[in-house]
Amino acid sequence: MSEPQLPPTPAPPTAADSEGPTTLADGEWHRMHPLTPLFKGGLALIIIAGIVVTNMRDRLIAWAIDLFSPEAHYGDYSGGDPVDWVLENNLILIALASVLALVLVLVGIFWFVWRFHQFRITGDHVEVRKGIVFRSHRRAPLDRVQGVNLTRPFPARIIGLAKLEVVGAGTDANVDLEYLATGRAESVRADILRLASGARAARRGGAAPTSGAQAASGATAGVDVSAASGAPASVRGQLVGSMNEGVNGLISGVDLADVEPESVVKIPTGRLVGSQLISSVLWFVFFAAIFGVAVGGVVIGSLIDGDPIEGFLGLGITLGIGIPMIIAIVGITWAQISKSLRYSIAPTPDGVRITYGLLTTVTETLPPGRIFAVEVTQSLLWRPFGWWTIRINRMSGKSAAQQSSGSAQQFNVVLPVGKRADVERVLSLIVPDVQPADMALIWEHGILGPVDGDPYRVMARRAWWRRPLSWKRHGYALTDIGLLLRRGVMWRKLAIFPLARLQGVSLSQGPIDRAQRVSGAQVHTVQGLITGYLSGLERDDALFLIDGVTSAAAAAAERDHSHRWGEYAAADVTVAPVHDGALPAAPEGPAFAYPAPPAVSVDPSAPPVAPPVAPPVAPPPAAPPVAPPPVAPPVAPPPVAPPVAPPVAPPPAAPPVPRDE
Amino acid sequence: MTQNPQTEPETPAPLNSAEVTDAGALDQGTYSQLRTARNTARLELDGSWHQISPRYVVSQIVQNVIFVAFIVAVAAVLALALGQTWAWIPAGVIVVITLVTLIILPRQARAIGYMLRSDDIVFRKGILWQRMIAVPYGRMQLVDITQGPLDRAFGVSQLKMVTAAATTGVQIPGLTQAASEALRDTLIEVAETRRTGL
Repeated sequence: MSEPQLPPTPAPPTAADSEGPTTLADGEWHRMHPLTPLFKGGLALIIIAGIVVTNMRDRLIAWAIDLFSPEAHYGDYSGGDPVDWVLENNLILIALASVLALVLVLVGIFWFVWRFHQFRITGDHVEVRKGIVFRSHRRAPLDRVQGVNLTRPFPARIIGLAKLEVVGAGTDANVDLEYLATGRAESVRADILRLASGARAARRGGAAPTSGAQAASGATAGVDVSAASGAPASVRGQLVGSMNEGVNGLISGVDLADVEPESVVKIPTGRLVGSQLISSVLWFVFFAAIFGVAVGGVVIGSLIDGDPIEGFLGLGITLGIGIPMIIAIVGITWAQISKSLRYSIAPTPDGVRITYGLLTTVTETLPPGRIFAVEVTQSLLWRPFGWWTIRINRMSGKSAAQQSSGSAQQFNVVLPVGKRADVERVLSLIVPDVQPADMALIWEHGILGPVDGDPYRVMARRAWWRRPLSWKRHGYALTDIGLLLRRGVMWRKLAIFPLARLQGVSLSQGPIDRAQRVSGAQVHTVQGLITGYLSGLERDDALFLIDGVTSAAAAAAERDHSHRWGEYAAADVTVAPVHDGALPAAPEGPAFAYPAPPAVSVDPSAPPVAPPVAPPVAPPPAAPPVAPPPVAPPVAPPPVAPPVAPPVAPPPAAPPVPRDE
Repeated sequence: MTQNPQTEPETPAPLNSAEVTDAGALDQGTYSQLRTARNTARLELDGSWHQISPRYVVSQIVQNVIFVAFIVAVAAVLALALGQTWAWIPAGVIVVITLVTLIILPRQARAIGYMLRSDDIVFRKGILWQRMIAVPYGRMQLVDITQGPLDRAFGVSQLKMVTAAATTGVQIPGLTQAASEALRDTLIEVAETRRTGL
């Protein structure tokens, strides 16, 4: 791979660079972006800065005051910190030299860490190796990839970096690639998904760059070429360029360009904010209760002591307790809102793509067949507005504790808030087997509760006391889509468990159950927010779960090929007509819409215009004109098309590519 | 109920559970009568259950007696040698709980059973609090056999099946050595033919 290069030195074009590996999935080892240590070590830097500031605070204040109003003599600053000691002993040079040495050592360490942190994508695996003393080498099979998340944390986003998370099945099974330039990260994501789809055959052949991408990036490409041919770009040039681009993207939100046009659901900002505000009412009530108890306790205590708190002191106590709580409520609500803003969901050939986040942007791709349970819920407060939210259970590669943290929960929400039409659209995306005819079963009978001719098997009437309010709703229905669990009256829920990924069913019956001839049942699925527990079912209904559901589950699993979705899709639709001269992988997009596997009914109008599949093109002659937008944003708005990185060393090479090398 | 190879003629799969590597091994030297609640509302499935070995009970009793003896010894040392008479209280609680467990253990052991059906394995246990779980063969991620030192002396082992769901947790205790190996091989073979992505 590339020669060892210090980030600050002008990068000599290496062999790998000049070949312009437009795809990183070439089985070679690649490195992360050179600025990675800055962000990973960022915390240490902040801590050091904090220590310095704390210790030098008085000196800094005195210095600042001196600077702005020399005549005002600030206090009686009498030193006593190391700076004085250094000055008195004439050790300035030594001090500076040691600071410099420390910085050099740190930079050296970071550089070595960076050098040894490499990743490789072969046909079957994605591998990451890192570490100098303690080496680690992680390899994950691609056909078990549960999803790919592209996260752009706020600070890294400004200079155009992104973190790629390859989600595996199991605890601590994720493979993190952090950080990559956004353009490369998107191409790596596309590569991984394409390889995971089993459509490897499509990779061969087809060398010419896509004309669509060419058109889209025409304007920027021109700029790039001139810039690139002008001066051999330095790393600094790259940084400045990517910084500018990052800031532009931040302002205009362009980095959603590749998905936004396709999003099947638009959530008005007002609704999003409103829904979260209404949800925060619950938090408000919760904190108000704590507040009442605390203040009440103080007041009662003071009355008992015969020493009533009055006036100012009382106000102080009230505010002291109340203000932190208000801050907490505002904080929680704001976090929810900012995470859900700019939400979009769109089908791509490699799965459903969900993007959200105002400052930290997360783009996650859920390949078909990776969703273990779906639940549509509505709290009582949302009912007047007809809003619903959709959550899923999936393999997140995280432990239970990590999953319950706020940011991970966000990964499990596929629709933060939506009306009925939105819910239907999202459901048909993520549960591909849903036919329009089934919607009645889901909506009228399921989500909206029991109506006449209820097909759901509900709790026995005699066991009503187990769910005094919701016993008429509490039940299940076995359909082709999956096992539907309907629960809750105040908090309406309808869970769908796709049969092909059902992990098991269990029944439990205690003595009281037996006396009432009922039984509890639990549907087992991967760990997540959605549980599958039903109580008080008629005994025969419960036994049917064991008998009927597991055999239906086994049959569904036989039919289900979604873990290698591309192979079967490719078999169905041999080659798309658009293919000639275009991206080899691209034509798959329109050919099979996301839910490729058996008998699907997602409307084909939605499918992506040009899937974000990276062109595995590596044609040296063709490269110059087109900044290879590995991220082929289908119809990028002209002003800021693809994440084009500014000038790069090797003129012919693709702009965004060499930054990581 | 014993010596009853699981033949389900309607089995569609090419390799079904009837082709147990050593079908006889599953039912050799096991209980022959499943113990369940008498109430007719109990959970009941068609088909016959394989049961576990009575030696499991013996092994458990020996282990628990050793445990009780150890607790009593510790308490005695604390109380008599060091004068900490309070030690009798926790020790007494632990011993009583263990003894109660031992008394119901033989009943419980007779209630444990598993059934190999065409698509799934069903495991049951419990009499008063009855539990029954069905796991489709294709969902099995791994099969684990564990054996403690005393278990080895009595020739029994525990077989555990792991799926992607953490809550599934099927653990069959007290299988004879031959039965656990036969069952493991069967499960893995069948799972192989029905594997899905996850």
